[in-house]
Amino acid sequence: MTAPAYNFAYLDEQTKRMIRRAILKAVAIPGYQVPFASREMPMPYGWGTGGVQVTAAVLGPDDILKVIDQGADDTTNAVSIRKFFIKTAGVRTTTETCEATVIQTRHRVPETPLSEKQILVFQVPIPEPLRFLEPRETETRRMHALADYGLMHVKLYEDIAHYGHIATAYAYPVKVDGRYVMDPSPTPKFDNPKMDGCAALQLFGAGREKRIYAVPPHTSVVSLDFDDHPFEPYRLDGACVLCGADDSYLDEVITDDRGARMFVCSDTDFCAGRRSAASSAEGLDAERRRD
Amino acid sequence: MKDNEDEPLLVAEGLTKRYGRQTGCQDVSFELYEGEVIAVVGESGSGKSTLLQMLCAQMEATSGRVLYRKRDGVMCDLAAMDEAERRFLARTDWGYVHQDPTIGLRMAISAGGNVGERLMAVGQRHYGRIRGTATSWLNRVEIDPVRIDDSPRTYSGGMRQRLQIARNLVTEPRLVLLDEPTGGLDVSVQARLLDLLRGLVADLKLSAVVVTHDLAVARLLSHRIMVMRGGKVIESGLTDQVLDDPREPYTQLLVASILPL
Repeated sequence: MTAPAYNFAYLDEQTKRMIRRAILKAVAIPGYQVPFASREMPMPYGWGTGGVQVTAAVLGPDDILKVIDQGADDTTNAVSIRKFFIKTAGVRTTTETCEATVIQTRHRVPETPLSEKQILVFQVPIPEPLRFLEPRETETRRMHALADYGLMHVKLYEDIAHYGHIATAYAYPVKVDGRYVMDPSPTPKFDNPKMDGCAALQLFGAGREKRIYAVPPHTSVVSLDFDDHPFEPYRLDGACVLCGADDSYLDEVITDDRGARMFVCSDTDFCAGRRSAASSAEGLDAERRRD
Repeated sequence: MKDNEDEPLLVAEGLTKRYGRQTGCQDVSFELYEGEVIAVVGESGSGKSTLLQMLCAQMEATSGRVLYRKRDGVMCDLAAMDEAERRFLARTDWGYVHQDPTIGLRMAISAGGNVGERLMAVGQRHYGRIRGTATSWLNRVEIDPVRIDDSPRTYSGGMRQRLQIARNLVTEPRLVLLDEPTGGLDVSVQARLLDLLRGLVADLKLSAVVVTHDLAVARLLSHRIMVMRGGKVIESGLTDQVLDDPREPYTQLLVASILPL
């Protein structure tokens, strides 16, 4: 009666072994998309089924999990996946980036630099960077195998020809370890430089497309560009109204229907951390003044 | 590179292709020298396109082989090359002009991107220079460079075909395979295209194999001609000689079938 209806972290051990084998292969060949037998998960495709399976496979009872959705810990996707693992694995969860050992993310890399002790798990909708340029899977696989990536630059060429600059703002193609071209999942290109030489292991899971790929720690991740149109990370021109950060990735929040808006950090933990640091510094100042 | 220029660029030896019991192409052998244009003529189903696809390793021959002299002067068997090398040749040394430009072009990408694709594939990473080369090639094939950012969907049939030629010639290949390059175009557009092709072939000293069912195209473009029927080459020789004095009854029929004006 009291026996659990399912295994630790939902997936059975055989499935986790299968996923771990795929992850090991992905780590061994940085940027290469490893096919795996993606399972049905108790949530719809597009809600992070790939990321959830990867997280379930790497999670241990002592891990501390953080889940973010567009940088925020408190949005629907983040809340429901966090609850899922609280219920099925009973692991500790956190919203603090530095405390977490496994971070599942939808489309952001945390602003706080990651360490070697952490694993970052990305949710990927479309793992194939060449998909919209070449519809045939047989052909894209051959192109990867032969490192035949001229077409990727044709996309960037088209951007410049039509908009005067490389207008691709997210899912900006990168070359991993000088070999495979990879879709960094729909993260803003602002985050691409953070993936380069990152100390944490970065794992990418695509549930519907049944692919896993990885960037091992301290691996080069180079954004593709032209000599005369170099890669530039993009951020909105402004500072966070809550914490005043002028170097973080910003969300635009519409505050009324007459065009008023404000910018806030997309990474809620980073923003909260800066605010509490500022208020405690203020508190110290006030105490000093009193003395 | 210069020292063995008198060796052929491309050698076909006993090329045969069977589709089950059907024969696509049977025992075709010829040599193609630098700067030479060979026309392959024959009716539909005579094995012309099969032959063309085997020449550039898009299709595997049932028997026989194709030898190609690379830029370093070494004769290589195409089937023995690895695929990476074949691909590299296909985007640097060879061109393939399809009868249907929607197959040969990327229709969703601008004309400039179409012409620049090969340059980017061989590693050019300077946008300004790629665009400059694309512009000069559009000029060369008589397309107004104002339309460089337009999609080929907005181009007429003749312009698409000329764009396809520019896209193939931008890396200055040595061998161009043309599959009915004037098919489906009206006669005045055909004439302009042929004029352009003839000029480019002469300027760039291209070797070419032109597959066509139009004897006038063969007469205008080619030095030598091969007449195919039922997968076999039934007659070959200098173009003028074959067309003026056909020996085989079938060739005589072909020549006699041209409507007099």
